[in-house]
Amino acid sequence: MTVEPVLVADRVTIGYGERAIVTDATLSVAAGERIALVGPNGAGKSTLLRALTGLLTPRAGTIRLCGSPIGPLGQRAVARAIAVVPELAQLPFEMLVEEVVALGRLPHEPPLTGLRATDRLAVDAAIERVGVEHLRGRDARELSMGERQLVFIAVAVAQSAPILILDEPTAHLDIRHQVETMELLVDLNERDGTTIVAVLHDLALAAHFFPRIVVMVDGRIVADGPPATTLDGEAIRSVFGVDPALVRLPIGSG
Amino acid sequence: MSAGLASKPLGSATRASRIRGRPGLVALVTVCILGALLLAGVALGSVAIAPGDTLAVVGHRLFGVDLASAVSPATDTIVWELRLPRVLTSMVIGCGLAVAGATFQGLLRNPLADPFVLGTASGAALGAAIAILLPVTVAVLAFGLLHAFAFSGALLAAYLVFRLGGSGGAGGLTRLLLTGYAVGSILAAGLTLAMYVSGSDLRQIFSFLLGGLAGASWPRLLVATPLILGASVAMTWRARSLDGMLLGDQAARHLGVDLRRERGLLLALASLATAAGVAISGLIGFVGLVVPHVIRLLVGPGARRVLPLSGLAGAALLAAADIVARLVGDVPVGVVMALLGAPFFLFLLRRTRTGYEL
Repeated sequence: MTVEPVLVADRVTIGYGERAIVTDATLSVAAGERIALVGPNGAGKSTLLRALTGLLTPRAGTIRLCGSPIGPLGQRAVARAIAVVPELAQLPFEMLVEEVVALGRLPHEPPLTGLRATDRLAVDAAIERVGVEHLRGRDARELSMGERQLVFIAVAVAQSAPILILDEPTAHLDIRHQVETMELLVDLNERDGTTIVAVLHDLALAAHFFPRIVVMVDGRIVADGPPATTLDGEAIRSVFGVDPALVRLPIGSG
Repeated sequence: MSAGLASKPLGSATRASRIRGRPGLVALVTVCILGALLLAGVALGSVAIAPGDTLAVVGHRLFGVDLASAVSPATDTIVWELRLPRVLTSMVIGCGLAVAGATFQGLLRNPLADPFVLGTASGAALGAAIAILLPVTVAVLAFGLLHAFAFSGALLAAYLVFRLGGSGGAGGLTRLLLTGYAVGSILAAGLTLAMYVSGSDLRQIFSFLLGGLAGASWPRLLVATPLILGASVAMTWRARSLDGMLLGDQAARHLGVDLRRERGLLLALASLATAAGVAISGLIGFVGLVVPHVIRLLVGPGARRVLPLSGLAGAALLAAADIVARLVGDVPVGVVMALLGAPFFLFLLRRTRTGYEL
């Protein structure tokens, strides 16, 4: 693709204190791309995502959102451009599912009056799109982990930002919901043009649903490209330290 | 609704959603109750005063119009100097405590939080106790050492907790809460010591701890009102940030909330509203804990609704409790509040089957 990059990490090093968690990582995300970030635990994937969304300031290098450094943009401007699926947090109070999803409109709605008609439409659209219509009216704290995960994805979808970032979106889902979530991401990407960056643990899902795979090991990006080259048997053995026969990837088709 | 989910307890949710989305109605009802309480608060007491006489006094004092000719000077004094400032003070303080309570609960993501959770109560109490023990009397415009020390004690304690507890990093909220508890314990030890050595002043310290509105007066009300209502309005103004914090710190930032700034600002405002109220009335518990929960049951968790409606309802609750306290012979209003309010809250909790995740 030769589209203008919307999100760029340029030779980024991130660390807490002395220890560097991400070292010299360069990643360029073009508008409309669908990227899976994979790698063993502790490889720095989530840390890189946090820097990409402006939550962490890199020790060296820069993050650019649509060409301008992300730091001075301000949290609200970033939130309009990048939606991040929230971590599964405990809710302190009773909240209906639609009230939770409506939180995704915070970066857009006027600060005092709250939801406008357009915001309500976006909330309804997100609920329908993610397929959690049947959960309306339920207390979000009563939901199963999988249902809650879908509701939180709906929060990010309601944010209607051009970039959607997910950190292990399928962690709490059963196989059917995993596949449905992946299909939703593909749909958001292909139909709406939403740029998607997702950290995934399941290599099969990543290889099947994502045309571009970025592999991280020990804080460095070691491979970046289509699954056929980044997730071949040799890579799986060296990166993840497992017998490739254990991970049957649908690479032949890609 | 899909049939597969019908077995889940949908009843409570649908009942809640029927009232939800009508904050205007709740506001209207609460304002009507407030008006009725204002009239009742002036009318009821050791001497009953007809509503007509009340209007006459207020009309005369405020606008110089004589609505009724025969209002005795005693009635005039009771209405204007005693009861009216007291009722209004109870409303202003109740409003401030309830808004501060809602803010603390949202900020700390903790349904058990109240305005006193971060040390303001023990700070104010220690300040008041020191002022009572000091053999100095200073009075500037109806304000004595007690008010100044209680006010600054509350603010200092909150500031100390915020500085020591920090605001960032993982587990930041737990650290803040535990710091509040630790600082509160140190201050409480100081208070116990002060009470131990207080001798004949013990009763005065004790009455501060129980809280009451006998000290209400126009000058005090006029100084406290802009502080409390100003802080309450400002908190409501920032309520959007509280909404963002409902899903956790990271989610708040991803939703565009400048977490560090907003948390500091809201903590300062909530502490200010609490300190200004407590300096006049002493420690009045319960309002700040319970009112926000009742409002959330009615209109949902959105802070932009919860904060202003909590303010109105808190004003009504404290005013009502103070009327009862006066009628049964000037018992401390905090006692009335706990005796009447807590059973009502228990009833609500049972009815709504709400469960908190802690």
